Amino acid sequence: MSRELSGDALVVEGLTKVFNKNLVAVDHVNFTVKEGEIFGFLGPNGAGKTTTINMLITVMKPTEGNAQVCGFDISKQPSEVRNCIGVVPQEYTADEDLTGLENILLCADLYGIPREISRKRAEELLELVELTKFKDKQVATYSGGMRRRLELACGLINRPHVFFLDEPTLGLDVQTRTATWNYIRLLKKEYGMTMFMTTHYLEEADMLCDRVAIIDHGKIVTIGTPGALKEGLGGDIMTLSIKDDDVDISKIIEKVPRVKEVRKQDGMYRIKLEDGEETAPSIIEAVRTEGHKVTRLSLTKPTLDEVYLEYTGKSMREEEESKETLFRQRVTMRRARGGVR
Amino acid sequence: MTQNSNNSKNPLHGLWALTNRELKKWYKNPYLFILSIIQPLIWMGLFGRAMNLGAIFTSQPITLPPITPPLSIEQQIQLGQALSNVTTQIMEKTFGTADYFSFMSVGIVSFVVLFTTMFSGMSIVWDRRLGFLNKALSTPVARGSILMSKVFNAVIRSIIQAAIVLGFAFALGLVVGPDFTPINLLGVFAAVFLIGMGLSSIFIAIAIRSTRMETQMAVMNLLNLPLLFTSNALMPTSVMPDWLQPIAKVNPITYVTDATRQLILYSINVQQLMFDFLFLGLFAVVFSTIGILLSWRYLSK
Repeated sequence: MSRELSGDALVVEGLTKVFNKNLVAVDHVNFTVKEGEIFGFLGPNGAGKTTTINMLITVMKPTEGNAQVCGFDISKQPSEVRNCIGVVPQEYTADEDLTGLENILLCADLYGIPREISRKRAEELLELVELTKFKDKQVATYSGGMRRRLELACGLINRPHVFFLDEPTLGLDVQTRTATWNYIRLLKKEYGMTMFMTTHYLEEADMLCDRVAIIDHGKIVTIGTPGALKEGLGGDIMTLSIKDDDVDISKIIEKVPRVKEVRKQDGMYRIKLEDGEETAPSIIEAVRTEGHKVTRLSLTKPTLDEVYLEYTGKSMREEEESKETLFRQRVTMRRARGGVR
Repeated sequence: MTQNSNNSKNPLHGLWALTNRELKKWYKNPYLFILSIIQPLIWMGLFGRAMNLGAIFTSQPITLPPITPPLSIEQQIQLGQALSNVTTQIMEKTFGTADYFSFMSVGIVSFVVLFTTMFSGMSIVWDRRLGFLNKALSTPVARGSILMSKVFNAVIRSIIQAAIVLGFAFALGLVVGPDFTPINLLGVFAAVFLIGMGLSSIFIAIAIRSTRMETQMAVMNLLNLPLLFTSNALMPTSVMPDWLQPIAKVNPITYVTDATRQLILYSINVQQLMFDFLFLGLFAVVFSTIGILLSWRYLSK
C-alpha cells in the first residue's frame, strides 16, 4: 500500500489499448493531471476517450503502458485505485426499478461502506444534488437531469480523490447542462477534487477545464490550458472586405506590424493577427492611406472550436460505432429525455 | 478528502447488496411476481392433470373377451380385482407411485428451477449493455461477487418458486410417500439450492463476455427443452430408449428430480439419495468455481 504523494493525481505513461489485435483504440498516450485540477479529454466519437477512461478506472486492462491513479498502479493495485476514485459513466447506470436512495446505498455497499456512515452520506449527497424530495421515488420516474445528478451522487459516495466523468452532459438540454457544470464547479470549490472528464462539447471544456488534451485516432494531438491552445493558433482573426473587389491588397496588410498571415477568400481577407484590438485600427489606417474603402469588418477571438478544427481536421467526424456503443448511446439519450422506459 | 479507512475489509461486501438489487426487481414488481408463480401452475395443470397417464388405465372400462369355460360371478370379481391391481402395479413400477399427478408435480419443481436459472445469464448481458457492469467493476467489489449475486438471485427465486409449487401440489392432492416428514422439505430445498447454483453458473459463464441478447436467447432455446426431456422430470429413466438413458444419467436435472421424489413420494433409498446429493454438490461446486474463475479473467475486457 505505498502511495507516493508527488502532487500528481494521475500519471499516464504510454497507455495503449488494442482491440482484437489490430484495432488501436488508444495509442501510447502520455499525460499527467495535477492534484485539484479539472482535466478535459476532448475528441470526436471513437477517438479513444472512453477507452482511456475505462483503463484508468480499471475496467479495461491496458495492452501496453501503465498509469498511476492517486499514486496507485492501475495494473498492480487495482483495488486501491478503485477505492480512491469515483466514476460517473456515460450511461445512466442507476437501476430504474429502485429508488434514488436505494441506488446510492447500493453504490455505498459496493464500496463496503458501513450502513450507519453510508446513510448519513447519502442524505448529504441527495441534498447536494437537490434530490432529497425525490429520494423515495423510483428512478424510472426521474428526468434526464435528475438521473445525471443521481449518477454524480453515486459517484461521490466513497468521497473519491479523483473523480472521473465520461461525457457528463451527453444528451442533456442546455439548461440542465449548465446546471451540471455548476455542480462540477461546486465540487472543485468545496472539496478541491481532481477531475478527469471527457467531452465532445467544446464550450464545456473551455468553461470548466483547467487543462485539456485533444485526442484523435487514439493519440493526443495537443495538450494545454484552453487559453494557451487558443493562443497557439497564432492570435485573433480579423476579416475585412473593401469596395473594389478586383484589387489585391494583401501586400499592404502584410506590412502592418503584428499581422501574421493574410489570405484572400471569396472577396474577403482573412487575417491572423496578434493583439487584435490594437492591430486592427492600424490595418484600417494602412488600407485607407492606400486609397481603399473598407466596407465590412469583423474581429474574433479564437475559440476552442477553432483549435479543435486545426488539430482534428474539418469537423466532428461521424464515426462508425459498434452496435453496443450505439445501443448504449440511444438508451442514454432516451433516458436523458426523461421518464421514458 | 479520501477516506477509505472506514470501508469494510470483508471480501464479501456488496454481495448481498447486488443480490438484493436483483431480487427487488422481482418482489417489488407484483405483475412479474404473480406471472412467475402462475407459469409453473399452468405447467402443473397441463402436464400433471390434463396429461394424466394414470387415466389411460382407469378412465375406460375394459370389456373382456368371452372366456371359456364361463367364469362364476366370484371368479369374475376376482379377475376384475386382479386386473385393476395390475394397472396399479404398472403405474407403481413405472413411476414409483400410483398417482401420475404426484410424480409430475415434483418434476415441475426441477422444471421451475431450470427456467428460473436460465434467465440469470440474460441479466449479466443486460447489465453490460446498460453500463451497470462497468460501474460495478470500477468499484472495489469482488469480481466473483458480481457473478455470485446473479447465482444467488436465481437460487433464492428457485427455492421460493419451488416452495410455492409444492404448496399448490399438496393442496391439489399430492400423495406423499411412507417416509415423508416435513423435515424432508429442507432436503428438497437443499437439492434445489445445489442445482440452481450449478445451472445458473453455467448460464452466466456462457453470457460472461456476451453483449448480445439474441445469442443468449438462442442458447436458452437450444438448451431448455432438451435438458428437460433428457431428464426424468416427465418420464422415468427406466422407460426411456437405451440411447437416451446414458444422457439422462449425466443430466443434473435427473438427480434433483430423483432426490426430490425420494424425499416426498418414494420410500427413501439412502444410498441412492446420498449419491444424488453427491452428484448435485459436485455439479454446484465445479460450475460455480468455473464461473468465478471466468469472472476474474473475463469480466473486464
